[in-house]
Amino acid sequence: MNGPAQNLLEVSDLTVSFPTATGHTDVVSHLDLTLEKGGALGIVGESGSGKSLTSLAIMGLLPGKARRSGSIRFAGDELTTMSESALRRVRGDRIAMIFQDPLSSLNPYYTVGAQIQEAYRSHRKGVSRRQARQVSIEAMERVHIKDAARRVDDYPHQFSGGMRQRVMIAMALSTEPELLIADEPTTALDVTVQAQILELLEEIRRETGSGLILITHDLAVVSEITDHIVVMRYGECVERGPVEAVFSDPQHAYTRDLLDAVPRIDDDIAALRTPGRAGEAT
Amino acid sequence: MARYLVNRVAAMAGILLLVCLFTYAVFFLFSPDPAVQICGKTCTPERIDQIRDNLGLDQPFWSQFLTFLKGIFVGRSYGDGVSAVQCSAPCLGYSFQSSQPVTDMMLQRLPVSATVAIGAAVLWLLGGVSAGLLSAVREGTWVDKTLTGLTLGGMSIPNYVLALVLQYVLVVRLQWLPFPQAVPFSDDPVQWFLNFVMPWIVLAVGYAAAYTRLTRANVIDTLQENFLRTARAKGLAPRLVWRRHALRPALTPVVTVFGMDFAGLLGGALITETVFGLNGVGKLAADSIAKNDQPVIMGVTLLAAFFVVIGNVVVDLVYTVIDPRVRVGT
Amino acid sequence: MTSPFTELERAGGSGAESAQAAALGSGTPSRGRVLRVLRRDVGAMLALSYIVLIILMAVFAPLIVSVSGWGPLEFDQSAIDPNLGGVPLGPWGGISSTHWFGVEPGSGRDVFARIVYGARVSMTIALAATTLTTLLGVTFGLLAGYFGGRTDQLISRVMDFLMAFPALIFMIAVLSALPAGNRSTLLVVVISVFGWPYLARIVRGQAMSTAQREFVEAARASGASGTAIVFREILPNLRSTIIVMVTLAVPGYIGTEAGLSFLGVGVIPPQPSWGQMIASSVTWYSVDPMYFAIPGLFLFLLVMSFTVLGDRVRAVIDSGEAR
Repeated sequence: MNGPAQNLLEVSDLTVSFPTATGHTDVVSHLDLTLEKGGALGIVGESGSGKSLTSLAIMGLLPGKARRSGSIRFAGDELTTMSESALRRVRGDRIAMIFQDPLSSLNPYYTVGAQIQEAYRSHRKGVSRRQARQVSIEAMERVHIKDAARRVDDYPHQFSGGMRQRVMIAMALSTEPELLIADEPTTALDVTVQAQILELLEEIRRETGSGLILITHDLAVVSEITDHIVVMRYGECVERGPVEAVFSDPQHAYTRDLLDAVPRIDDDIAALRTPGRAGEAT
Repeated sequence: MARYLVNRVAAMAGILLLVCLFTYAVFFLFSPDPAVQICGKTCTPERIDQIRDNLGLDQPFWSQFLTFLKGIFVGRSYGDGVSAVQCSAPCLGYSFQSSQPVTDMMLQRLPVSATVAIGAAVLWLLGGVSAGLLSAVREGTWVDKTLTGLTLGGMSIPNYVLALVLQYVLVVRLQWLPFPQAVPFSDDPVQWFLNFVMPWIVLAVGYAAAYTRLTRANVIDTLQENFLRTARAKGLAPRLVWRRHALRPALTPVVTVFGMDFAGLLGGALITETVFGLNGVGKLAADSIAKNDQPVIMGVTLLAAFFVVIGNVVVDLVYTVIDPRVRVGT
Repeated sequence: MTSPFTELERAGGSGAESAQAAALGSGTPSRGRVLRVLRRDVGAMLALSYIVLIILMAVFAPLIVSVSGWGPLEFDQSAIDPNLGGVPLGPWGGISSTHWFGVEPGSGRDVFARIVYGARVSMTIALAATTLTTLLGVTFGLLAGYFGGRTDQLISRVMDFLMAFPALIFMIAVLSALPAGNRSTLLVVVISVFGWPYLARIVRGQAMSTAQREFVEAARASGASGTAIVFREILPNLRSTIIVMVTLAVPGYIGTEAGLSFLGVGVIPPQPSWGQMIASSVTWYSVDPMYFAIPGLFLFLLVMSFTVLGDRVRAVIDSGEAR
């Protein structure tokens, strides 16, 4: 665990704010995060809790108007003081990111192979086209896309939703990143496909030893593959800890509400129907 | 793919046929009696009948139309005997006023119209797209606002008004350009070129305004797209992001719009050519209307429709090439 | 010329057109909100004032002209110089206290009166053409978009056919071939016949995507008839598009009428039309540029005002939906 080796990612006192008509609003407020090498961290919260912005902040991809303060140390390097060109070398190479909607996140005008190779060739100078193509095929095979050698020349619209997300993951993996950030990777997918994608992420983490940050609003998703979770609300961390501990013994009221809102198969039906319980439909 | 092509060509032929029929019918119904026109000043009723019989003008509508169609494919002759006139395929009619087959008259003038179209197209594409890109990249700044204002003005000014203003300012007042004179290229290339400068500008302004707005809107939309975010997250160099992930998706629709606009222009820019005295297909149309030379009007209408319909098909085909989502038969 | 609705048809491909159309049609901001935002917009207000001015001019033409002194058809030989071929006396094309905008070279007619009556022609024909085009375009677009199948095929073929025509040539040819009577009505009809497909095309796209939405499904399930659905469910959602299309169409038709008059096939002289005044100014513009400048300016400003207004309305509606 936390031995003499440094943490993969250490975020301290991260604050992100946007200008408003009346000044500035903090959308992420004094957030601390830690991720060990090979660890899996879940960031959980509702829409608007600031979880996606946190990931964008780490990557340095916030919109121009945003202001960011705090420290983000990745494998010992301070990201907040890096130049843009240095950051570009980190992005896509050492830290990779996948997004929620794979259809709109892929450029419809280029083949998936081209888009995977693009990242690889950007970060590995002097690589030939053939080599890059081979790498892209291998990446697609690693995410279990059948017939990868042929499908590498297909366009995004020719894949199903789950397959497209696999393509995104393949794209992220091609450069063998040390950290993979997945922002709501399963939200746009069918439930059965969700499970497959999560399994895939877990498998990759095991095989490559890379770290994983999984951002989601879905507690079920987080419980499956993360070790630690951070619960966010209105830009602040309200609870953190090992996932089993937080689930079995939530300390904060909000965490309790979140957990209560998930119906369980062994819940008492009558109890579910009691008015006043959080997240219940009438 | 082959089936799609066949379908499209068939549809195209169908539309052209309809246009042909419709135009022929309208002129058949509304035009003054061509026999009277041909007969001229010293006319007798017998002569008129003779002409009518000679040219088959007393045949029923369908028969005449079919003869016309036949002429397009294999040529036809007008009249019988010694005074018969041959009109080889594609025969789009015969102008008795000018004693020439309409097809020849149009082909003579097509180069001028094409020159006008091409020159204007280059101007408006370069100008419009660059201005649109600049506007989009500097969205909200005074550059953007000024350009937007200019485009609104450019869209609103009727081209004959602009033509006259330019002519007044550039030729009469400032004397930067000489007064347009028709010269063949071989005699005086410089003058020949200068003749086209104002028509190019006048025609380009309206289109450039529209293209600026179109490009600007497309680029702004594309910059919000999720795949732009992915491209940045992959750490790609900004130039690459811009070229592959912003420009390509944003400018693709502009290409198709351009195809249609250009095709429409090949049929002759009537007003511009008339105002500047350029001897193109558009001016031929205007002159023929003034002289009531019906066969020429027919021919010009068909030619213009032909370009538009072809342009439509070409644009569709080009689109299947450049937008992978629209490919047929995958 | 590019269809004035090119911007409404902006699409990344055939599939995106209906997505775009859906985006345009969803969630129209309330009329109150639109008006409030527009009121604060300088450009829109200037444009609107000019338009109102011209409309007033057109409506009250006889009254105005009785105040300014000269009718549009009266000749004033004293204002022109017969020795110079009819050039107006005095600078600026003969502007004076009796002739506020000067006189026409050659005929001596009062330019102000002719501008005022020309406003009538421009506005009535453009507005009539817009109304007719909108009726035809919306109706056929809705029918084609909602009912699909054979109806759609038929209507679309007709639209393709009409759009393939070189409209200007055809309009000129038809207008010059037909007898002189009732030219204004003819102009309106001819312009509308070639104009409605461009509106119909957009309405069709939007109707198609709106028809796929759940509330239409719900209406159908509760037994509503086709016509009821079309007019009660789909049409209201197209309201914002239609408003924008109408405001963008008007300047086009003003320009078309002026263009046709410029080419000599518009309203019959001596009835004044701005386009025709510009045409007759061509021979005089080196000696009397005012005779060209005044109708040219009025025409340009009118077209521009409608364009600016349409542009602003569209901006408000678009931003309203982006929320």
